[in-house]
Amino acid sequence: MTLAARALDFGFRDHVVGRALDCALESGEVVCLLGPNGSGKSTLMRTLLGLLPRLAGEVTLDGRDLASWDAPARARRLAYVPQAADSYFDFSLREMVEMGRTAHRGVFASPGAGDREIALAALDRLGIAGLADRPVHAVSGGERQLALIARALATQAAYLVMDEPTANLDYGNQARVLEEVARLKEAGIGVLFSTHHPEHAFRIADRVLLLAAGRLAAQGPTLATLTPAALSSLYGRPIEVATITLADGTSHRACVPASPP
Amino acid sequence: MGRAAFVFASAAAALAAAVLWSFSVGRFPVAAADVVRALWSALGGGDSGLAPNVEALVLQVRTPRILAAIAVGAALAAAGAAYQNLFKNPLVSPDILGVSAGSALGAGLALLLALPVIAVQGFAFAGGLGAVALVVAVGTWVGRRDPILTLILAGVVVGSLFGAGIALVKYVADPYNQLPAITFWLLGSFGGATPDDLLVALPLMAIGLVPLALLRWRVDLLAISEDEARSLGLDVSKLRLAVIACATLVTAAAVALAGVIGWVGLVIPHAARLLVGASFARVMPLSLVLGAAFMLAVDTLCRTVAATEIPPGVATAFVGTPVFIALLAATFRR
Repeated sequence: MTLAARALDFGFRDHVVGRALDCALESGEVVCLLGPNGSGKSTLMRTLLGLLPRLAGEVTLDGRDLASWDAPARARRLAYVPQAADSYFDFSLREMVEMGRTAHRGVFASPGAGDREIALAALDRLGIAGLADRPVHAVSGGERQLALIARALATQAAYLVMDEPTANLDYGNQARVLEEVARLKEAGIGVLFSTHHPEHAFRIADRVLLLAAGRLAAQGPTLATLTPAALSSLYGRPIEVATITLADGTSHRACVPASPP
Repeated sequence: MGRAAFVFASAAAALAAAVLWSFSVGRFPVAAADVVRALWSALGGGDSGLAPNVEALVLQVRTPRILAAIAVGAALAAAGAAYQNLFKNPLVSPDILGVSAGSALGAGLALLLALPVIAVQGFAFAGGLGAVALVVAVGTWVGRRDPILTLILAGVVVGSLFGAGIALVKYVADPYNQLPAITFWLLGSFGGATPDDLLVALPLMAIGLVPLALLRWRVDLLAISEDEARSLGLDVSKLRLAVIACATLVTAAAVALAGVIGWVGLVIPHAARLLVGASFARVMPLSLVLGAAFMLAVDTLCRTVAATEIPPGVATAFVGTPVFIALLAATFRR
């Protein structure tokens, strides 16, 4: 089961953002999309989600052309987790997550008991069931982001595409969201997420995609691909990767920007 | 749940109180008990035992006016709630897409041509629908990159074009008969509503309100970003058109019945959201009830506080402005 792109050109009718891209997301793996500002990460994600028509090449979901899926069927298979943004409309977390059930019921149908149960279970899975009836404005940015992930889980999709899920979060909330994302793959969900922190890729990603000016500069297993040379060339300045071993024996990678030569 | 139930019960009680009050007060006051007796007998509950002129006042004079105020208030508030979701913006009112300007021009033309009352209403209704159809057509033709912004800009442009049309109609109108008639129509009134008018307007409103009520869970998804709504499987463009069609039908029917009455569609949904949260499944019914109670209370004040009637369009602005500022403060100053 795969979400895959082959020889994909993506962007807008009057402005091609990226060309000739091949990538795939399998179920049960976490893939991290890294790239500098303006490299086309969000445009690529919107194309992989079917929100933006591809310009050339193909995108397939479970082997079938993504464009041939009808919208509700696609929504039950492929979910989008946006960055938490401010809105005037103050839904409760429960109402927000129940929106994830839209593609599972008829146009005029109200959410049923089953929908409510699934929404609450999704909130519970991310540890925020206790906040279900709180309005969005009354919870922290991290909890709001977790609720958006819960909404994606409520769709019962097999693939989650997350656009910078840790942006605008404080350090503790970043760690919390990353832990929850890493746990999703235990349930067989495939996650593609973008970030500006290579350390987040080291923490939870099985594979990385490095996007530079709309083209894949490299892709592969995280440790083998995220070398100092690859990172330095991706971000245009020297970056060192240090290994830190903690007292409990686990080792972690940290990135340090070095001074330009 | 407890809080929402309490809010709905209070709003319903307020509406019932407004109805009773509106029946009782006026140039000829009627005791509340007599009002209930007259209504009960009209509903088939036997002889009221009231003087015929009192019964006629309640049933033939005040009933149509009260029903019109209730219908228009409910319709404008519900349409406003839908439009605010559609544009993801609490500062949107039902005439954002030019329905009021179109209706005003239609009514103005009919009055200029000295057509009968029924034609004035028909022209107003058609003008409102026509203006919005033009806005949607322009918005669709101009581009799809940012449909919401294009619609708003098209609404502004078409609205000002129709505004110029109204100015022209007023300019060429006979200043002794037609000009005052056009001016009075634009200020809005419930005094002229007849049972026949209601028989036309109420079904039109229902045709718009019923689909909105059925679509209430989907209308919520218009309030989140278009990418998110589409990723959840929603056909956003189709739903947007359906909501515009329904809300416009409701608004045009209200404007054709009672003229241009602002503020209700802006203030009431906002208040409803403060009371019961953002879910359209609660905001729409509460807006219907609060809009009806508010409009009826305002119209009752309009015909009782002064020796001459105050146009409700003017009164809603006087009442609506401070209420709206208070609501804005409650929303944004926390």
